Amino acid sequence: MGRFVLKRSLFSLVSLFGLLVLVFFLSRLTGDPAALYLPVDAPQSVRDAFREARGLNEPLLSQFGDYLVNLAQFDFGDSLRRQRPAFDVVMEAFPWTLGLAGLTMALVLSGAVVLGALAAIKVGGVFDRISSVISLAAASAPDFWLALMAIFIFAVGLGWVPTSGTGTPWHWILPVAVLFVRPFGLVLQVVRSSMITALSSAYVKTARAKGVKQRAITFVHALRNAMLPVITVAGDQAAGLLNGAVVVESVFGFPGVGKLMIDSILQRDFTVVLAAIMVTSLAIFTMNLLIDLAYALLDPRIRY
Amino acid sequence: MTQTGINGAPTKSPPKLPTWLGLLLADKFATAAVIFLSLVVVAALIGPALLDGVASKVAFRGRNLAPFQLDHGWLMILGSDSLGRPIFARIIVAAQNTMMIAAFTVVAASCIGAALGLVAGYSRKFLSDAILRLADVIMSFPSLLLAVIVLYMLEPAVTNLVIVLAITRIPVYLRTTRAEVLEIRERMFVQAAKVMGASSWRIAFVHILPMVLPTLLTIATLDFAFVMLAESSLSFLGIGIQPPEVTWGLMVAQGRPYMNQAWWLSFWPGLFIVLTAMSLNLVSNWLRIVLDPTQRWRLEKRRETNHG
Repeated sequence: MGRFVLKRSLFSLVSLFGLLVLVFFLSRLTGDPAALYLPVDAPQSVRDAFREARGLNEPLLSQFGDYLVNLAQFDFGDSLRRQRPAFDVVMEAFPWTLGLAGLTMALVLSGAVVLGALAAIKVGGVFDRISSVISLAAASAPDFWLALMAIFIFAVGLGWVPTSGTGTPWHWILPVAVLFVRPFGLVLQVVRSSMITALSSAYVKTARAKGVKQRAITFVHALRNAMLPVITVAGDQAAGLLNGAVVVESVFGFPGVGKLMIDSILQRDFTVVLAAIMVTSLAIFTMNLLIDLAYALLDPRIRY
Repeated sequence: MTQTGINGAPTKSPPKLPTWLGLLLADKFATAAVIFLSLVVVAALIGPALLDGVASKVAFRGRNLAPFQLDHGWLMILGSDSLGRPIFARIIVAAQNTMMIAAFTVVAASCIGAALGLVAGYSRKFLSDAILRLADVIMSFPSLLLAVIVLYMLEPAVTNLVIVLAITRIPVYLRTTRAEVLEIRERMFVQAAKVMGASSWRIAFVHILPMVLPTLLTIATLDFAFVMLAESSLSFLGIGIQPPEVTWGLMVAQGRPYMNQAWWLSFWPGLFIVLTAMSLNLVSNWLRIVLDPTQRWRLEKRRETNHG
């Protein structure tokens, strides 16, 4: 077990470094920050001074070397735009995204498990039809359009919730509701098909023959065994949310990592882009590791 | 003489309609979806040639006209946008870019992905590992950054958007193909081909590929909808297609500032995205059943009862 965690961590460190190299060099291809931050008619001497002060005149390889040396001392560099440590900027945004992703996934998992299990008990029944309609809608609705329509109907038209921003719990309702749709549809499908398989297995027949009640069979015997693929898919979806729900965060003016990422990319704020990618990758890696450990917890046959 | 089918029911005389059409008509939702998709494809093919002038004609006196009024002509049935252009005509014209980007992306990504997946599944460990790590890198690289890089270095044109989207979709086809190949390569007919002296290339592309195609076709249909949504998101964020070119996603974005006064600017193009994606999902479901010999009897049975 300890060896497994160590091996996984080492592998992830290597791929994280690969990602770092790629993003560092490729992000420079989006253009020169001096052209963006200085007025169009700024003289060449001012441009050179701007680039000199931020170390942008050095050869790219030595810039990368400096970056690595600083990174080893846990210094991600300063944000070009905000004149503050990039790491602080990212860590201000990250809790918002973490909260959004956590709340959404908690609702998704609890809702999908209940509805999916009910659908699987009677294939073709009422709950099964409801869940197939929901999965179809979830796979077809673009989130930015849903967000706009939700604002128009519930915030502008009915005035139930605020249009955008943060501050009260009410501000969370629309973003979570819009983010909920796609993962819910996908996880629901997996719960359903996985539960159908589990419910037709031999141990369920045994339990039934022993006179165990349907509810206990569904939610205790079958569900536990049906959870493995569900967790895998839910993990993929959670990773997507942790990477930043860019569109939804932008539309609702939510100060999360997704909004920070797209803003920083467009503002050529390379240090923030790199720091954001490092932090979210690390979070996703930790989550995937926990998921793998959860496998072993759920299924005693899996040992690392 | 009656034969016995998989499900035990006797199969009757050969069908009167061509098999595919009959199987399609047996599923009402899939039929509706195919009809809608055909209309969209027709709009994409001849729409711009027919309506380009009308769709880009600015008329400031008719800005943000409400929908469902016929006094300004039938093209205004869905209202007009912030520059007085008829929304219905613009949706038809935008169908071309929307469909073209999604179609080229899916074709490019599935061909490259399937080829790499075949090689990864049917070659030595080293090459296979290298290809899989490549897929991992693509999956973990932020697609927004990729879009900005490519569209900054090249022009934000249709072809470059296709490049960005195709790169991000390759891993899906690659992984699916590889997983299928790993299973199929152990089967008897592959062993037989090997014994007969067929080359690795021949086995991979002539013997294994046709077995993988049904799965790929199903995924591609589903992915078409996904790519369409991804392209709309990019255009919505302002890093996709640029005006005066237009797609449905861009139309939604352009309507956003007018949401309070004129909801129809964003509503209609979004609705067309939803309907198209929904149709593609229904067709994909239908394909999955038709291409799976162990499930196909469901539709065949329904068809027999329909014809009574």
